[in-house]
Amino acid sequence: MRFRFTQIAIDPAQARRELLDPGAGGYVSFEGWVRDHNEGQEVTRLEYEAFQELAVKEGERIVAEALRRFPVKHALCIHRVGTLGLSDMAVWVGVSSAHRGEAFDACRFIIDEVKHRVPIWKKEHYRSGDSGWVNCERCAAAPNHAHEHGHDREHQGEADALAIHK
Amino acid sequence: MQLKIHYYALMREQAGRSEETLDTSAATPADLYGELLARYGFTLTREQLKVAVNSEFSDWSRRLAAGDAVVFIPPVAGG
Repeated sequence: MRFRFTQIAIDPAQARRELLDPGAGGYVSFEGWVRDHNEGQEVTRLEYEAFQELAVKEGERIVAEALRRFPVKHALCIHRVGTLGLSDMAVWVGVSSAHRGEAFDACRFIIDEVKHRVPIWKKEHYRSGDSGWVNCERCAAAPNHAHEHGHDREHQGEADALAIHK
Repeated sequence: MQLKIHYYALMREQAGRSEETLDTSAATPADLYGELLARYGFTLTREQLKVAVNSEFSDWSRRLAAGDAVVFIPPVAGG
């Protein structure tokens, strides 16, 4: 399985062992961490939720695409679900290959595609007491909305979502 | 016709449930979303969503069959 979910902390030392290969000259990994701010709000924790049955299929397709596009040895992506605190690891991607260039390229491809295509959602909880589903509430400021808080403070463009782990 | 609907994230909160079995005359996922939008007042428009039938991405105009499992997919935010 080259894409999977976990409800407990991701262990990168264990995960990288799945990428070992006598023909590999190295490996590249990406770790996404929970950051303490977004869109001017102080973030205190995140909740990740996934439509796992489809998410695993789509994640597997992404890794298979990476293995076709780039001449790498092995690739793996592990995504966390549940409640995460600051600096917790939300996602881990690892790629091993004979040479470093394609490993960087494949790793970047996988994390970018996962963010765009896999049915995973995150809810940010703010120090103010507000909360919001990232990418879902910018256009959702209907007056009859079940929540009372100001949704226009929660907008999350794709660029923000991509920047979240920098 | 009975369909099984699963809700996630913002839509789960707005529907107040994570799943339900529904008797409906909706012929397509597009029809079904129109029906559920009227019932639950979802804030996401159909254009913001994708849809899955039986755990695979689907076209909005697919003909639904009895027993199909439908999931509306809000904008994703993994990573």
